[in-house]
Amino acid sequence: MNKPRPVYLDLSKIRMPVMAVVSILHRISGVVLFLAIPYILYIWNQSLATASTYDEIHNALQSCWTRGLVYLILLALLYHWVAGIRHLLMDMGVGEEKISGRRGARIVLVVVVLLAMGLGVWLW
Amino acid sequence: MVRSATSLTGNGVRDWLWQRVSAVILALYTVFILGFIWSTPQLDYVVWFQFFHHIGVKLFSILAAFSLLVHAWVGMWTILTDYVKPACVRLTLEMLVMIALFVYFVAAIVIVWSV
Repeated sequence: MNKPRPVYLDLSKIRMPVMAVVSILHRISGVVLFLAIPYILYIWNQSLATASTYDEIHNALQSCWTRGLVYLILLALLYHWVAGIRHLLMDMGVGEEKISGRRGARIVLVVVVLLAMGLGVWLW
Repeated sequence: MVRSATSLTGNGVRDWLWQRVSAVILALYTVFILGFIWSTPQLDYVVWFQFFHHIGVKLFSILAAFSLLVHAWVGMWTILTDYVKPACVRLTLEMLVMIALFVYFVAAIVIVWSV
């Protein structure tokens, strides 16, 4: 591979196929969830420690910022969940061809948008 | 065969399998917990506490916490391997991730234990 071919990797100029978009979002949502672990553990601990710390968490969730943060974390979780199911299906040989892979990636995005709306209705 | 000193098992196929098994456990636990919150009309401290007081929920929670340790380790290792090229920076970040995940796992056990 020593041909003097142009190397052109300007990501802003490359139009990524939908499978690549779903894949990178899977990674990003995974990192978001990793960063959220201490916060989730904090909420979990406070909600179980005493009735008054439970109420503190309950009250904190009434504020717009906290609820928005929890919404983002749950959104990352839902996304990672749905895209992960697609991965497991592909491991079993479902939707791993070019056409079916593209269809699967589109289904992931549609399902997540629907779930994101449902989650918003549930939280507000 | 090239073995990585910092991947979960030092073997790609084994890492892959651990990632998948832990993924299934975490997926089921997510449905279990969110399903409980969603399907409980009057969620208060007593209901919440008694839910996690149940031995089955405790065991499932510890299993999920262990799965998270495994799953996040494989995932973060993959991402750090792909995007962080200088070895010293990558190894430092990998160690920090590993230590953090271990601490989170112990914290989860302590929380479950205290209920």
